[in-house]
Order: sequence, then C-alpha cells, then structure tokens
Amino acid sequence: MKLVGVVLVSHSEQLAEGLAELVRELGGDQVPVIAAGGMDDGSLGTSYGRIEQAVRQADRGAGVLLLGDLGSALLTVKTLLDEGVEGPDLPKAVLADAPFVEGAVAAVVTASAGGDLEAVRAAAEEARLFRKL
Amino acid sequence: MGAVSGMADDGRAELGTASSGAEAKDGGFDAALGAAWLTAAADAVAREAERLSMLDAAIGDGDHGTNLKRGFAAVAAKLAEGVPATPGAVLVLTGRQLISTVGGASGPLYGSLLRATGKALGETESADVAALAAAFTAGVEAVAKLGGASVGDKTMIDALSPAVEALRAAAEDGVPTAQALDLAARAAEEGAQETVPLRARKGRASYLGERSEGHEDPGAASTALLLRVLADAAA
Repeated sequence: MKLVGVVLVSHSEQLAEGLAELVRELGGDQVPVIAAGGMDDGSLGTSYGRIEQAVRQADRGAGVLLLGDLGSALLTVKTLLDEGVEGPDLPKAVLADAPFVEGAVAAVVTASAGGDLEAVRAAAEEARLFRKL
Repeated sequence: MGAVSGMADDGRAELGTASSGAEAKDGGFDAALGAAWLTAAADAVAREAERLSMLDAAIGDGDHGTNLKRGFAAVAAKLAEGVPATPGAVLVLTGRQLISTVGGASGPLYGSLLRATGKALGETESADVAALAAAFTAGVEAVAKLGGASVGDKTMIDALSPAVEALRAAAEDGVPTAQALDLAARAAEEGAQETVPLRARKGRASYLGERSEGHEDPGAASTALLLRVLADAAA
C-alpha cells in the first residue's frame, strides 16, 4: 500500500530534523517523513527550494501532508502550493492547520495505518484539540 | 545601472496615458522602467537594510532588512543577465526570485505581490496608470489573501492599500505616470507612518500585543521605500 508522506517545515534545520527523528519512530520506518528546515546555508529561515524538494521526496503516490512551525514557514508553503505550475508536476500536497509536534505525531500515526491524505490531514488538525493536562 | 537607464530611454517611446499634454515622454510602466526600478531597489534596500532590521528587531525577529537585501540582490543579478520583454514578465520573474531567496515572510508576501501584479499586466508592453492601478490591485489582493491581513493590522497592507487607492485616483484624474507613482509613494509613506500607534494583529509582532504599539511596522516601511524608489525611477 502507498502511504501518505509527511513534510516538516521549520525555520530551524535542527527543529525539523529533531521532530522528524521523533515521529519516524512512530511510523515504523514505513511513512516517508522529510524535514525541510532552515535556509540552504543552514541558517534560520524557510527555503522554498528545500520545501519543494522535500515534497517530491516524501511522495510515494498517495500525496503529502505538510506541517509548519511559524508564520513565514506557512506562507512559504502556501506560496508553493498556490503556484502549482511553478515546479512541473508537484505531487498532490496539502498544508495542515495544526500544532507542529502533536500534529506531526497524529499525521504519521494515521499515515502508517494507511489513512489517505484527507484522513491524515484531519488527524493532524484534530491534534489542536488535545489537552496536555 | 548605467546599462539599465540607457535601455529606459530606448524603451519609452510611445504615449501611455490619455491626458498627457505636458508629459510628452510618458511611456507608462514598461519593462525598462520595471528593471530600472527593481535594480535601484536592490541598492536602496542594501542601503536601508539596517534601518529595516532595527524596526523589525523592535517588534519581530530582526531579519527584515537582511532578508530583503539578499532577495533583491538576487533579483538585480537575474535582471543583469537579461530583462524580459514585458513589464509583466519582469515582475513575475522578480516575484519568483524573491520567493525562492528571501527566507522570511517577506519573500512569499512581496513575491506574491509582484507575481500577481505581473500576471495581471498580461502581455502589455507598456501599462498606463489605469492598467497599472488595476494590476497592482490584483497584487495587493494576493498579499491580503496569503497573509490574511486587512488595513489596520499593522502590516505592509497598511502601506499598500493607500498606495493602490492613490494610483486609482490618479488614473481617474488622468495624472501622468511619474506623478501618479509619486502620489502612490506618498500615500504609502503616510500609511507606513500611521502604523506606528497600531497594535499588531498579524505576523510575529502580534505575539507582543500592546507592546507592538509605538513602532513603525517594518513591512509597511519597506513597502514605502520600494514605492519611493519606483517613483524616483519614473521621474
């Protein structure tokens, strides 16, 4: 079965990589989880090129869910998805309105169970409602 | 820059606006003016980068000047390789460069502004004030949609929106291009100043709540700067 991929977009390369490391455990290595953090030189910021590449890398034919940490990470993803024609044949991809860590956990667990892109997005967005205490 | 201003003379041959008795050389907004503007913008942003970053440091993360400087340097380098034939294509090219090189929120925001404005200009070789006002309106709508900001949220929209209004009014009054762009720049400058007392409702500054009051919004400030450079390039 083709599983939905997950792309984690952060201003920080380390934050994205760290979260990817954490949630890959949950996906049993089956769910493609790709980190797109920082600028091309590793400094803080969001890189359109890195995100685009991550989306292509994460796609196994079932689409890709993106999660972002803060404002400009989300704006950069929205610009990429709005463009459509910019990169030829960008895989089907959607951006979740979800908390970064909890949303990524919920997305990867749902993807590993074979959920489709809409189910994975819904799971990530429902993570907003989780109470921690 | 010498090469670009040279081209501007060649490129602005015909009349763009209707009411141009005194302004015999009003060629409207063409590719050469677009390239001259954006190349000069790279210099202006580099010159003002520290001020823009200081404004951002007061209420944001302090990288607005450095980010825009990197983006516009990439734009100027791209335009130095060759200027597209139409003003719309110049703006679309610039928007794409900004989106892929800026690295902060201003990349997608300015990128979308210029890309949407450029697309709305279509294939025209020279836009008169009315056409430019209409295209710029589409650009500002794209920014508002992407960022979800309205007038009064203490963002670049507070400079862009009055500038568009000024341009539309200038088109109705039959004002020639250079003067219309000056009016738009003034409106943006006033709009940017008016962000000082506002409380931020969008972007990083919104986390500060009332502590964001008393500071000029860096995005509105850079918008005013860029429109002033455009007015100067057209003068």
